[in-house]
Amino acid sequence: MEHFPYSDVYILGGPGMPPKSDALQGSLDLLVLKILSRRPQLHGYAIMSAIQEISDEVLRVEEGSLYPALHRMEEAGWIRAEWITKETGRRARIYEVTPAGRKQLGTEESRWRAVAAAVNRVLREA
Amino acid sequence: MRIWQRLTNLLRGNGLNREIDEELESHIAEAVANGRDPSEARRAFGSSLRHREASRDARIGAWLDSLRSDAIFGLRQLRKNKITSIAAVLSLGLAVGSCMAAFRLIDAVLLRPLPVANADRLYEAPRHAVLKNESFTFNSWSYPLFKEMRAGVKDKAELISVSDAEPMDLAYKSDQDVERAQAQYVSGWMFPTFGLRPKLGRLLSENDNVQPGGHPYAVLSQNYWKSRFGEDPSVIGRTFRMGNRVYEIVGVIDGKFTGTEPGKMVDIFIPAMMHPGVTANDWGWLRALVILKPGMAAEPVRAKMEVITRTYETQRMGGATDSMPKDVRDAFLNQQVWLEPAASGASELRTNTRRPLAILGVLVVLVLLIACANVANLMTAQAAARAREMALRVSIGGGRWRLVQLVLVQSGCMAFLAAALGALFAWWAAPFVVGMINPPDNPARLLLPADWRVLAFGLGISLAVTLLFGLLPALRASRVNPVSALKGGEDPHARRRLMHSLIGVQVAFCFLVLFVASLFVTTFERLSHVATGFSANGVLVVDTVAKQPQSVEYWNQLLEHLRHVPGIKAVGMSDAPLLAGGNWSNFISVDGNPPNGIHAYMRRVSPGWIDALEIPLIRGRDFLPQDSQPESALVNQAFAEAHFDGKSPVGRTFDIVFSGNHHEQFQAVGLVGNVRYSDLRQPFVPQVYVPFPILSDKGKVESMGNAELIVRTSNPNPVLLSQFIRDEIPRARPEFRVSRIRTQSEINLSHTVRERLLATLAVFFALVALLLAGIGLYGVLHYYVMQRRREIGIRIAVGADAVHIARIVTIDALVVLVIGSVAGLALGMASTRFMDTLFYEVKASDPTIMLLPAAILFAVALLASVPAVIRAVRIDPASMLRVE
Repeated sequence: MEHFPYSDVYILGGPGMPPKSDALQGSLDLLVLKILSRRPQLHGYAIMSAIQEISDEVLRVEEGSLYPALHRMEEAGWIRAEWITKETGRRARIYEVTPAGRKQLGTEESRWRAVAAAVNRVLREA
Repeated sequence: MRIWQRLTNLLRGNGLNREIDEELESHIAEAVANGRDPSEARRAFGSSLRHREASRDARIGAWLDSLRSDAIFGLRQLRKNKITSIAAVLSLGLAVGSCMAAFRLIDAVLLRPLPVANADRLYEAPRHAVLKNESFTFNSWSYPLFKEMRAGVKDKAELISVSDAEPMDLAYKSDQDVERAQAQYVSGWMFPTFGLRPKLGRLLSENDNVQPGGHPYAVLSQNYWKSRFGEDPSVIGRTFRMGNRVYEIVGVIDGKFTGTEPGKMVDIFIPAMMHPGVTANDWGWLRALVILKPGMAAEPVRAKMEVITRTYETQRMGGATDSMPKDVRDAFLNQQVWLEPAASGASELRTNTRRPLAILGVLVVLVLLIACANVANLMTAQAAARAREMALRVSIGGGRWRLVQLVLVQSGCMAFLAAALGALFAWWAAPFVVGMINPPDNPARLLLPADWRVLAFGLGISLAVTLLFGLLPALRASRVNPVSALKGGEDPHARRRLMHSLIGVQVAFCFLVLFVASLFVTTFERLSHVATGFSANGVLVVDTVAKQPQSVEYWNQLLEHLRHVPGIKAVGMSDAPLLAGGNWSNFISVDGNPPNGIHAYMRRVSPGWIDALEIPLIRGRDFLPQDSQPESALVNQAFAEAHFDGKSPVGRTFDIVFSGNHHEQFQAVGLVGNVRYSDLRQPFVPQVYVPFPILSDKGKVESMGNAELIVRTSNPNPVLLSQFIRDEIPRARPEFRVSRIRTQSEINLSHTVRERLLATLAVFFALVALLLAGIGLYGVLHYYVMQRRREIGIRIAVGADAVHIARIVTIDALVVLVIGSVAGLALGMASTRFMDTLFYEVKASDPTIMLLPAAILFAVALLASVPAVIRAVRIDPASMLRVE
């Protein structure tokens, strides 16, 4: 599993505070796949907004780096894209999850849970 | 699928960039539509260029994308250095093309399997004998013996008889309207055994193999049906006349099968039962092919065939072998039978050309290597010129493998251009070479499809070449040290050493090619000027047949008639032409002594035959019409040496021992000069000529159905007279018909085909090699002068003269030239061992043979160094010193 060399999702320390530098590496794929599996046919901006909204503005995606990640997942065959023309007349590229993407989502989710459980255990028992 | 998508994306190029940009822009627009400040949104978004590059890498693959830009850059570099690039691509293309052409030939003759079922179980069965430490292998059997062998191994293998495919004259309409086609006598069951099916009508079978002379049917190859009849389906049932018989076409083969001999494409197949020699026990005219039954081993079949052969031959000879010298008898009676795999067919072309083709292959590889060295040199020189660029790339962070890839891709571009060029060249060259193998009248015909094997071979060569000449400069380039290179102080000697050693290798190979070429040319020269003992110029050989056998007297009347035709100087008649009639030999017994083991080679000739061929009559007289067999004979000088101690045999008598130990007494009435009997390379053999009239036991003269008329015309181009003779013979005597006309020169020429082929090709490759070596040397000297121009400028400024400058420019190259030549000579001397049998009266150690290539090579080197020397001498010291 390859990761992008720079951080993609930040945890905001609080309103007005600078993003903390330790990012949740690699968690962007998981978040994107999850959101697309619940709400199909979103464009990049909507995916970004959804992550921020649902996490109550705690998680924030670095805007530009969302796209290389989307393209990489598209190449991997987890999501597919198509161009549509919105009612405003602007063109937008919307994404949805493929069956391979659903499988990948399952893997990533269980891995995330395992990591989270491990971290919790350390917090509890250390 | 994914790699395919990436490749598509790769080729979309800017389209892809636009699409990514559009998506990024739509993101900003969305942000603004959601009420964010445009400049804040842009700032938050970050560098869209960076995101675009990252997306691009994701969608194409960084490696693939860099390959693309390298390819574009490589092509641009090639365009920039037009002259060197064209030189490199041309020389490489020529070499790769030669390789592909040679491969096509070797593939067609030696490698490609016959298009028949069970080709993997197909064997050829020649026989083998050893006499006086010389071994003889020949695949010729008489039909009665073949029949016994077939019955003997019936449970283990199937035997197929095929005659030599021969060009025959045949007439579809009138007897005057003849055309030539390649015909072959075959066992009827060959077709079902090979799993061949008819396209039209029926093929031959076991039922066409019953009655000698009773199956006048013919089957056409699909190829001939197409080229001669334009695929006309009404061809079934048509008839044609060939020799003395009329044949009916009964079918056309479906598929590519054109006989079992690569190099001879058979047009018409005829049942073996129709061969005139099918009942004769002493006429070996067929080749035996063996197809083992599934799961059977070859050895028991071979052993059984050998036993049958030995028993048969012992019985056939009766007591005649008793009087033979012991070694001859043993050799004859202890013949071995061999089984040789023949999956790709069995033919004389194959056995005769295997070694020449192998040598051809080696020459081509040498030429290819020379071309590679050339290109490597040109690339090295180019890399030297680009050292600064490389250094810059390294210092701004280009990885080592990235640089290697850059140079490799560039040489790859070159290799593929060259391969394309080579494919075109091979397309033209292979049929051209096949055309040269035989005289135009009887061309060797090969199927030369450019199938996947040829393509794979060409591609393989291209890749190998890319590695060969691309890797070395690539590795050197990647080792560049940016600091010293940017200062312009890189060690120039290492590079020069490499270039010089490449030149040395090139010179050695070039010398080798020249050396071999001069050996082949000399062989051809000597062989085509070998004294034949007769004059072939202006002589036509006219195969003539009679509808019914005619008396010798009547044949003589025909000759007499022709002698009075204007334009004809002399006419004679024989049973077969010289150098094309095969061997007919018997032992000789003088004064009742047992035969001395020396064969006398026989020919049946008419009065006037020696005049028609201008063979000198040394003593005695020519035949007269009343001379007959047994009674009178002509003998040659070699015969006198062998049987009469060199004394004149005229007036003496001797016995000819025919098969079955049957003695007939002859008196030598004349002594004639030696002629080449059946092979140009053979020494003169003892010969006996006997007259046509054969007295049977009751004193009656036998009539004869066919003969070769030897017609000497006064026109140096006898072919002009051939149509006239074809018409004139049946007009004068309607009982006769001409079945084929050849010229004696054409027959002679057919004996030097291999030598001509080898000499022509070797000269061609030698020229290519010389050209390449010349270009290579020129390139290196040019580079050398460019690199040392400052030093040379200083030397000129302090007063060095032109001779001195020329010497320092060329001295290194001269040393390399000498070393390379010596190495090439050593290689040449070592390699001639493998080619000895192909040479005729030339020795590799001939001083001229050794000096000639050296002289040519030095002349070319001189020519190639002139431009560089001129450039060096013309360097203007003032401007040179002002540059930096």
